[in-house]
Amino acid sequence: MTPFQYTRANDVADAIKQIATDPYAKFIAGGTNLIDLIKYDVEGPSRLIDISHLPLRSIEPTSAGGVLIGAMVPNADLAYHPVIEERYPMLARAILSGASQQLRNMASTGGNLLQRTRCFYFYDTATPCNKREPGSGCSAIDGVNRINAILGTSEACIATHPSDMCVALAALEAVVHVIGPAGARTIAIADFHRLPGNTPQRDTNLEPDEIITAIELPPKGFSANYSYLKIRDRLSYAFALVSVAAALELDGETIKEARLALGGVAHKPWRSTAAEAALLGQRADATAFAKAADWLLHGAKGYGHNNFKIGLARRAIMRTLDQAARGTPQSISDKKIR
Amino acid sequence: MPNYIGTATSRVDGRAKVTGEAKYAGEFNVPGLVHGYVVDSTIPKGQIERIDTSAALGMAGVIDVLTYRNRPQMAAKDDAYKDEVAPEKGSPYRPLYDDRIHFTGQPVALVLAEDWETARVAASQVKIEYQKEPHITDLHAERARAFAVDSPEKSRGDAGKAFASAAVRHAAEYFIPTEHHNPMELFASTAIWQDGQLTVYDKTQGVQNVQQYLCKVFELQPDAVRVMSPYMGGGFGAGLRPQYQVVLAVLGAQALKRPVRVMLTRAQMYALGYRPASIERLALGASSGGTLESMQHEAIAVTSQFEEFARNDTGWGNLLYKSPNAKFEHRLVKLDLPTSCDMRAPGAATGVYALECAMDELAVALKTDPVQLRLQCYSDRHQGEDLPYTSKQLRECYRQGAAAFGWDKRNAEPRSMRDGSELVGWGMASGVWEALQMPATVRIVLTANGHAEVATAASDIGTGTYTIMAQVAADMLGLPIDNISVKLGDSTLPQCPLEGGSWIASSVCNAIANTARAVRGDLLNLANEMKDSPLAGAGVDDVALIDGKIVSKQDATRAVPIASAMQSGTADRITREEANTVAEDKSHARNVHSAIFAEVKVDEQLGVIRVTRVVNAVAAGRILNLKTAHSQVMGGVVWGIGMALHEETLFDHQFGRVMNANIAEYHVPVNADIHDIEVIFVDEPDEIVNPLGIKGLGEIGIVGVAAAIANAVYHATGKRVRDLPITLDKVVQFN
Ligand SMILES: Cc1cc2nc3c(=O)[nH]c(=O)nc-3n(C[C@H](O)[C@H](O)[C@H](O)COP(=O)(O)OP(=O)(O)OC[C@H]3O[C@@H](n4cnc5c(N)ncnc54)[C@H](O)[C@@H]3O)c2cc1C
Ligand code: SF4
Repeated sequence: MTPFQYTRANDVADAIKQIATDPYAKFIAGGTNLIDLIKYDVEGPSRLIDISHLPLRSIEPTSAGGVLIGAMVPNADLAYHPVIEERYPMLARAILSGASQQLRNMASTGGNLLQRTRCFYFYDTATPCNKREPGSGCSAIDGVNRINAILGTSEACIATHPSDMCVALAALEAVVHVIGPAGARTIAIADFHRLPGNTPQRDTNLEPDEIITAIELPPKGFSANYSYLKIRDRLSYAFALVSVAAALELDGETIKEARLALGGVAHKPWRSTAAEAALLGQRADATAFAKAADWLLHGAKGYGHNNFKIGLARRAIMRTLDQAARGTPQSISDKKIR
Repeated sequence: MPNYIGTATSRVDGRAKVTGEAKYAGEFNVPGLVHGYVVDSTIPKGQIERIDTSAALGMAGVIDVLTYRNRPQMAAKDDAYKDEVAPEKGSPYRPLYDDRIHFTGQPVALVLAEDWETARVAASQVKIEYQKEPHITDLHAERARAFAVDSPEKSRGDAGKAFASAAVRHAAEYFIPTEHHNPMELFASTAIWQDGQLTVYDKTQGVQNVQQYLCKVFELQPDAVRVMSPYMGGGFGAGLRPQYQVVLAVLGAQALKRPVRVMLTRAQMYALGYRPASIERLALGASSGGTLESMQHEAIAVTSQFEEFARNDTGWGNLLYKSPNAKFEHRLVKLDLPTSCDMRAPGAATGVYALECAMDELAVALKTDPVQLRLQCYSDRHQGEDLPYTSKQLRECYRQGAAAFGWDKRNAEPRSMRDGSELVGWGMASGVWEALQMPATVRIVLTANGHAEVATAASDIGTGTYTIMAQVAADMLGLPIDNISVKLGDSTLPQCPLEGGSWIASSVCNAIANTARAVRGDLLNLANEMKDSPLAGAGVDDVALIDGKIVSKQDATRAVPIASAMQSGTADRITREEANTVAEDKSHARNVHSAIFAEVKVDEQLGVIRVTRVVNAVAAGRILNLKTAHSQVMGGVVWGIGMALHEETLFDHQFGRVMNANIAEYHVPVNADIHDIEVIFVDEPDEIVNPLGIKGLGEIGIVGVAAAIANAVYHATGKRVRDLPITLDKVVQFN
């Protein structure tokens, strides 16, 4: 741990101004990830700029018919918000399948996007890790990699992005609103997180001096036919081995629109336009689901301990699509998978 | 009739615990307290080459950094470091002693600062360079190096030959990974020097063990050291041996002449003891009629390079099943890790898991119901020693457990039972543990106002020792339980062994009975000094203490109030200290038993396992408190579920490091993993085991649970997973 200063940002402009003056400063929102990383000596910010008091806590309709979620909205509030429950239930379920009640109370919408990987080596400063220390090597490739990625990996890093919320956001095609010294811009969720390539130290395309102000949901919530299924090593309070967000728009039994995203398998929520295209116009049945799974998992590669994830993901995709098609989404309170 | 013994009395320390009044080792604040933070080794083996503490020492608030070079004096001889439960063979680890690195996470420096945060920051500034040496941490890779240790159970007959000629055979290897105790409370010690006296608040299961250890290590007089551990947030065996933080706290206090607290982090606790990974090989040969002809159990378990820790993994079959031929072998592999240690039901949790899975496999091979097979092989005598049991109601456990579970509705065929998309499996197993008693002394101080203080140096590790002692004392002294105060966890109190092995309840309660008898004798004498005592001529065993009176057992109208007797004798208090009577009698085997029935539901496609029902029927002599006993066994079942499905310390053998050294990634069951658990206590009167018929319940709850679940998973899926934990990828072939 290294000593740091603590300051509060009065408003968004102040936050941007503060972060611009100190390249080693970091924003702190709920702190549920950052504080752990500081304790583990993985992050050593010179200053914590507290943004948790910023007035970014509202959930409002947009003129386009969607919803704008302030970056400081706690995960729990978001999941239990009536509009989210009703119009975007897949997002609510994804959030509620993550972490614990206490953590969800603290964790913010913006922070959730920026939580870092749970790769064991990333947290252990006694081992090499390219993400933590560029150029030092990737210990996970030949190491304990049960929880690591099978898609979009590189020689440099096979870490996953651990968020559940982001998987649903990816399927919903959310848009991230950010503000930096150069002004405000939006980033499509698909472009927000990066693949590791040879710069695994960069998780996202957010610039270090930018702040997330909001997440925008487009009008379509797929509230009739959706599911979020999370498979993990115990029945609650564990990160996903594999998770699937599936959303369908059906005309009778025919698929008119499909969204499919995977969590726990890549450096970002994993989507494939080919997989979704393969579902269009098809009957919502196992044959179509299997084809979509094939497309989505195209190029998947195991690293030893995590080989099983490929087959598991395939079956999980089929199950989730089936749940979505039947309109019987995976329950988060029921302790069993449907 | 006893008023309290056997009832569901709530914890007498419950209020103190929920209000935060109960203080734990890291919570004793004294003026001028210094905080210590441990710098631990990042390599598993080698030598410290250079230590640079200058940056740390330069920080404001840092007082000193202790290393092997500048620490205060410690004993030079091995013997000094041998605590009450140190393995017989080997030389115990000495914290901060020299430049040798024996395992990852070994303490190499102690930063002492005015506050915890400063110490923590400074610790990250201590630079250490090592000369690394090749290390080994993988049991599987090193199994060829295993060497035999004395097995507690002797072999008999020719098990190999009998196995070869048996009509039905089953042989397989089972694996249990390394597990860590993960008590909620972090290990901590607070050491205070004052006027030549050392007082230590320590997280330990044995204050006197730590006290004696510190006296030897620091060459101090016994009366100069006092160790206290009034409450413990879980120990599970991790707190049996003195842990290194207590040595560091005392070193710090000695160096600075100030009070010092050292608290470990969660991650650092993975460098303390652990349940050793073990490979268990079972070979069972049976006649076609389903009786055992041969039983072979071999275990290969992990210990450190410097000590030989071994527990009885292999002998349990001798307590459960008849077999004319038997062979037991225990072997160890020395790895560059800390010494393994006791963890709830050491030896049995692992050994009985393997044995009871093997019995299940044998039942399948014989096409016999698993309960039926166990009854066919049932032994009324300890097979190794050929002794009868003081009591053994295991048949009743099978019967009552099966009835409560509905076992008779089981379809024996694997994959035959379903619930929607889930396969349903029913499995069962037996459990066994020892009913031990150790010498313990209890002091009772009875005051004329009808209050009694009951004291011994035991620790209540959360099991309910305070409560059962209050219950027993209240009944034996004829007082309301509110008039009893129990004092524990202080090394200056009367002698008591470590809290472990399930022996505390039987040891201290029988000691209470003896001490209460002595108090009763004193009271009777006082009564009989009164004029016209209605109890004249009565002996100590002719009277009882009931409702504040000394009462004749023959004639309840002949009674003297305790208060009157004391008043007339002008005794304001009676103080007695007696030990329990530990039978030298070797004519019986002393054990507790259980039968566990488990239901699992397995998602056929995804392999997700749920343990939907567990019935654990336990025969453990007299149950002192239905509530705490139930909790203890239920906790054991939960842990057994974790052992079966979740728990595993993950090592990177290349680095020789634990990779999941935190409780987010070291999985134990959470609420969602736990469904119905039913605990049954089978009536088991026992007048031989000890005067009160107490057998102890500490360990038995976990024994056999993992096997019952593994057997249920097989029954559900037809897939036999022999290495724990049973994760979904082991149940379903995904690729
Ligand atoms: C034990 C445990 C289990 C968990 N399990 C799960 C799980 O199963 N599924 C899951 O999805 N998550 C899980 N989490 C992670 C949790 O969801 C995240 O820690 C949380 O969402 C992070 O939000 P925060 O507000 O606390 O972020 P912080 O810790 O405050 O910040 C995280 C990062 O984001 C940056 N940041 C925060 N807000 C902004 C902003 N508005 N603009 C720019 N930068 C910002 C910070 O500088 C920091 O780098 C778990 C966490 C823990 C500790
Ligand atoms: S996978 Fe990525 S995070 Fe993990 S060790 Fe390799 S580089 Fe580091």
